[in-house]
Amino acid sequence: MIEPSPATTRVAAFEVFLTRYLNPDGSLTADPPAFARDREQARAMYALMVRTRLFDRKAVALQRTGLLGTYAAVLGQEAIGTAIGHALAAEDIFIPAYREYAAQFARGVPMHAILQYWGGDERGMAYPEGTPSHHDFPLSVPIATHVPHAIGVAYAIKLKQERRVVMASCGDGATSKGDWYEAISAARIWNLPIVFLVSNNGWAISMPSHRQTGAATFAQKGLAGGLPSEQVDGNDVIATRAVLAAAIERARDGGGPSLVEALTYRLHDHTTADDARRYRAEAEVAAAWERCPLKRYKAYLEAAGFWSADDEAALVADGTAAAEAAAQTFLNLPPQAPEAIFDHLYAELPSSMRWQRDEVRARGPVDGGH
Amino acid sequence: MADLALIEAVNLALASEMQRDARVVVLGEDIGRNGGVFRATLGLLDRYGPERVIDTPLAEMLVAAMAIGLSTQGIRAVAEIQFSGFLYPCLDQVVNHATRYRNRTRGRLSCPLVIRAPNGGGIHAPEHHSESLEATFAHLPGLRVVAPSSPARAYGLLLAAIRDPDPVIFLEPTRLYRLFKQPVEDSGEALPLDTCFIDRSGTDITLVSWGAMMHDTRLAADRLAEDGISAEIIDVATLKPLDLDTILESVAKTGRCVIVSESARAGGWASEIAAGLAEHGLLSLFAPVMRVAGYDTPMPLARQERVYIPDVSRILHEVRKVFEMAPR
Repeated sequence: MIEPSPATTRVAAFEVFLTRYLNPDGSLTADPPAFARDREQARAMYALMVRTRLFDRKAVALQRTGLLGTYAAVLGQEAIGTAIGHALAAEDIFIPAYREYAAQFARGVPMHAILQYWGGDERGMAYPEGTPSHHDFPLSVPIATHVPHAIGVAYAIKLKQERRVVMASCGDGATSKGDWYEAISAARIWNLPIVFLVSNNGWAISMPSHRQTGAATFAQKGLAGGLPSEQVDGNDVIATRAVLAAAIERARDGGGPSLVEALTYRLHDHTTADDARRYRAEAEVAAAWERCPLKRYKAYLEAAGFWSADDEAALVADGTAAAEAAAQTFLNLPPQAPEAIFDHLYAELPSSMRWQRDEVRARGPVDGGH
Repeated sequence: MADLALIEAVNLALASEMQRDARVVVLGEDIGRNGGVFRATLGLLDRYGPERVIDTPLAEMLVAAMAIGLSTQGIRAVAEIQFSGFLYPCLDQVVNHATRYRNRTRGRLSCPLVIRAPNGGGIHAPEHHSESLEATFAHLPGLRVVAPSSPARAYGLLLAAIRDPDPVIFLEPTRLYRLFKQPVEDSGEALPLDTCFIDRSGTDITLVSWGAMMHDTRLAADRLAEDGISAEIIDVATLKPLDLDTILESVAKTGRCVIVSESARAGGWASEIAAGLAEHGLLSLFAPVMRVAGYDTPMPLARQERVYIPDVSRILHEVRKVFEMAPR
């Protein structure tokens, strides 16, 4: 702390708030927002979380049996993607990192496309026409590098005088990178319609979040850029949707950018190529399971009379079948032609490169592609 | 038709294209009221307003990333990086995103953007202001790298770069910004990309260069002409993708080739051209292809930059070696 002296004047002061509606046991901290009291909306959010978890389980199983490449699981973080998916409008633009599958599903990305991506096929990023995902950005692996794209996208929205909002998401580790800071620092200059979301899942591969920063919260990093910044319990889908929706509508109404830090926990390894037992205690993971977003939301739904054992059985059966169908679709897709590596390099392949494409085409399929 | 210096031709091209196409915006550090540190954007703020002439924070990575974001939304973003040594923070964005969004999304998103920067030394600028980065960028798939060598080519190639549907790194020869003037018509007509220009026809030797070194190469050719040697000069202009065919055709005629480049020798773009000649033009060569290039040192500070930057005497030295090995 700086000790004030008679020569010192206080010029600014900041606070960081945390929003939570649902306690880990499913009890309420306050009256929930209208969407959570609406039976159909409330059930739809739960269905998306469960479907995402079942998909995630299937994807890991595919990798473990040699049918999928390295996969980044979302286990334990399903509420955040679900909240994004329900809070964004169709015309908004989502710039994801790589653990927001639920949001992508909600915006029209088919489950098999996510498998295609992690299975090593670029066509998994060609999100279908006629869905909101078609104008969204693809998964982004180089940490934080996609976040500043939101500045340009949102600036374009302002130039075109559209009422659209950009959401750029990342993890806690991404906030250590300059790319992220440059975006946070610039967004307010032009009062851009952006919501920056930081999913603080406790770990960046093997490094705990307290080794990413000495700051008490990641949210306060947004305060430095002049952004309304807050924490939300990211395992509480009601709170996360409410906070994101408020930030989105503020941006849509000209109120500018915001930052939301969603507190969650990565229950799985970083990816299927990682073994988290090397660096974190089993007891910590076991304790985190008590804060599982699905468990607490299901308890809320049941207490509200929105959910029954029959509903659960039907959803699990349907979600399991959907994940299975996605796996079959993925596994049965014909491979790309070898020369497809040249198809979208430039709008039109330069004439000086055509011989390379001809050579690949003449050589034909190469063994070892799968 | 006005006589313009190269920097004025850049300014004219930017103004011309902003006038013609409302989707064009320029962005960078100090490009608004200040008109850019070299004055490339002079007057644009008054004519096109702060929405389209965007002064950015002092963050080069952000400039590149913002251009990427803009371009994915159909905005033709023309970014300025003040000095070549400050391009490095943009590299991650260019490599991992600008050159890849089209490919990664199977054509769903694309990045029709230009990143302009001065390139090379010779103006006694401070440290990190005088590097030549063309080979660094030319190595990257999915990119165009363009280096004009005169006011007229700067105008026509910049128009082409802005209209191109893919990302372009546009490296302007710092040393030539105000070195000479040339008539430039504001015709709105772009010059072709992906093609070398025959800058001067000749029969005895092919001199290949681009950017600022074209000036010294032209002077060297003048000296050779005094000795009765007819040099053909090729201005590569678009380094990536490389129009090797034009160079091969010239070498088939002359049988001799010297490549002149300011950037460091090892792994430079002269090496790529020389390799292309070795693969496809060896049988028409009377002598080895020689490279004149910067040394494999950092670009020295101002007092030593002339040691590093190739000059007419170093070009003539290599040319003489070629003729010693293969007299006319």
